[in-house]
Amino acid sequence: MQQQSAKLLQQTIQHIGLTFISLFITVLIGIPLGIYITRNKKAAGIILGFAGVLQTIPSIALLGFLIPLLGIGPIPAITALFLYALLPVIRNTYTGIEGVDPGVKEAALAMGMTGMQRLLKVDLVLAFPVIMAGIRTATVINVGVGTLAAYIAAGGLGEFIFGGIALNNTNMILAGAIPAAILAIALDFLLSLVQKMGNKVRRTALVLLPLISLGFSSFYVLPLGYSSRLLAGFTPEFMGRKDGDIGLRSIYGLDIRTVVISGYSTDGRLKAYDLLTLEDDKKIFPPYYAAPVIRKDALAKYPELGPVLDKLSGRINDSIMTDLNYRVEYLNQSPEQCARDFLVAQGLYKAPRNGNKGVVRLGSKIFPEQYILTDMYAMLIQGYTDLQVSSKTGLGGTKICFEALTHNQIDCYPEYTGTALLAILQPSAEEISRLTPSRDSVYNYVRQKFDSQYQLSWLQPIGFNNAYALMMRRSQAQQLEIKTISDLTRYLKKDKP
Amino acid sequence: MIAVTNITKTFGSHTAVDNVSFTVKEGENIVFLGTSGCGKTTLLKMINRLLEPDSGEITIDGRPIRQQRPEDLRRSIGYVFQNNGLFPHYTIEENIAIVPRLLGWDKEKISRRVTGLMEKLHLPPDQYGASLPAQLSGGQQQRVGIARALAAGPPILLMDEPFGALDPITRAAVKKDFKELDELKSTTIILVTHDVQEAFELADRIFLMDKGRVVQEGTPDQLLFEPAADYVRTFFEEQRFALEASRIAAGDYPALIRAFDHFKNRQR
Repeated sequence: MQQQSAKLLQQTIQHIGLTFISLFITVLIGIPLGIYITRNKKAAGIILGFAGVLQTIPSIALLGFLIPLLGIGPIPAITALFLYALLPVIRNTYTGIEGVDPGVKEAALAMGMTGMQRLLKVDLVLAFPVIMAGIRTATVINVGVGTLAAYIAAGGLGEFIFGGIALNNTNMILAGAIPAAILAIALDFLLSLVQKMGNKVRRTALVLLPLISLGFSSFYVLPLGYSSRLLAGFTPEFMGRKDGDIGLRSIYGLDIRTVVISGYSTDGRLKAYDLLTLEDDKKIFPPYYAAPVIRKDALAKYPELGPVLDKLSGRINDSIMTDLNYRVEYLNQSPEQCARDFLVAQGLYKAPRNGNKGVVRLGSKIFPEQYILTDMYAMLIQGYTDLQVSSKTGLGGTKICFEALTHNQIDCYPEYTGTALLAILQPSAEEISRLTPSRDSVYNYVRQKFDSQYQLSWLQPIGFNNAYALMMRRSQAQQLEIKTISDLTRYLKKDKP
Repeated sequence: MIAVTNITKTFGSHTAVDNVSFTVKEGENIVFLGTSGCGKTTLLKMINRLLEPDSGEITIDGRPIRQQRPEDLRRSIGYVFQNNGLFPHYTIEENIAIVPRLLGWDKEKISRRVTGLMEKLHLPPDQYGASLPAQLSGGQQQRVGIARALAAGPPILLMDEPFGALDPITRAAVKKDFKELDELKSTTIILVTHDVQEAFELADRIFLMDKGRVVQEGTPDQLLFEPAADYVRTFFEEQRFALEASRIAAGDYPALIRAFDHFKNRQR
């Protein structure tokens, strides 16, 4: 947690920056649009309707739509926040100006004010409290939706929240969620003070607000300026794990920002982009042997499940899993197709028996490998037993999967020994360093602990080791003569002044 | 001089002003009188281009107003609204100073003018100058509305039911102070009202309007004693005695008796 406190500050600042950049753009575009539709009533319906529809799109889906258009990172995140904040700003500008006493508006014209003079001296000043209410709503929405920015590598407090969910770390979730809540309340309060400003200062406020939000925006833009020579792309889970970025920093002294990416040793990208896995010469990544974890009561009720789930044991090594992931991620095969082809090739596939003895609930985390494994297990269970399968795939991370299992929402999901050790059991550092070098000792340790603490059984390991890995382009690695993570550290330190 | 020639204005299928022509001499006070919906306010708003006529032409001192920038035109024409139309976010001083500021007067001159007008309209500047309109009574607000319209010394003043929203006592007081303003001596005033007594009190000439047309035009006496149509006669019927009595010079008892007989005959 101590290592994380600097990060908390950084992420909070990033979050404020993210909120204000999009707020600045929203105000810059939303207020003129709101003014425009007070003068063009036909456009009003269309524009308000369109902004309303944007608001109804689930935020995750909106980010999903934007990825093919804008990729990942700050730009799609800011775009999504902007699109969400648009409706309250346009609508409140519109209703604010429409709500100004028509007698006063007519008087302004009758006195000889031009349209622009009336807008600036009368309409906007009198509509100010209503417009500010819209900006407040937009700000609170932005702080909330801003946490999702972490999903697409745009930073902010979401990194902690989603990292915490993935890592089964409640403190980490709260470390992101509490500052986000405080931020929303604080910004809303500050803006409420602006909203209540007297007539005199309103015009000043109208000018100053965009400038202030521009100032806050720099919180986000400035840190992008300082980065080291190589860029690294890590998932939020990797950034927060001791066997991830933190370990890289403390043990290798490695500080990189994307020439190197984090991934899994069975990552389809290895094959797709001809990447090289750097050797973990100081052993910070423990073994990650995958095996099905099942509730003991389910196993007792349906004892035939054990042997069926163990049928995959020893069948899939690292390169086979890499190939399966590659098919799904890069050849766009469905996980189900991929699972069936594999089982058929292995002579394991049997047509479903369509029995009605009961239902087994299978879960999976939200990445392709887990989908493939779950589909294989589903086919095996339906082919070899009289049980039906209900699949709950795409659970958002280790924490959600594990909680679903212990709370009897699912019966079984594939877990990795290293993840169970570091993210769920979290033993002492000495214990970890004692266990880490040996595949079997980690497996035996987690099996025993799961059995005694959670009434869960680890079945036989499937065979592959899906460890975290640092990957580089093969050609670049050869050119720079980098084979291990220590080589990489040396290369980066060499050129630092 | 204001010359209005054959102007017509329709809203959808409703003809608000139907082919109206008239001229107003400099310094003249004329009143458009009629029931609500007769087109009198529409007519007024076309003179400062808050509304544009569908056809016809309006000239001021020989210049068609259509050829002037609406802002410039409006800054040279005072306008008083029934519901004052004061800016709620401006102080009384700022409200009165709107047009002089738009015209770019220097601060000194504006301040002198505002103070002078407030004093004449019995709004002590020290007491009310920095107040907001909402802190004033209805009568005081209407005084501010009049001061605002007159601030830049416009040669023309348009008044849309200026005393209509006030109670009778306040109305009499505001009207009295208004009539005493020396600014008005050279100002051309066009006022619209549905109040017959007010029209008789303020008008050099009255235009009685009905359904977008001028039914009769003339001095108050002409309308009262020489009605050109039944509509004109019935319009004044209810208040005829009071109106006739008010037109009779003090001491002219025979005329007063004639008027009373006339009134009694009507009653029967």
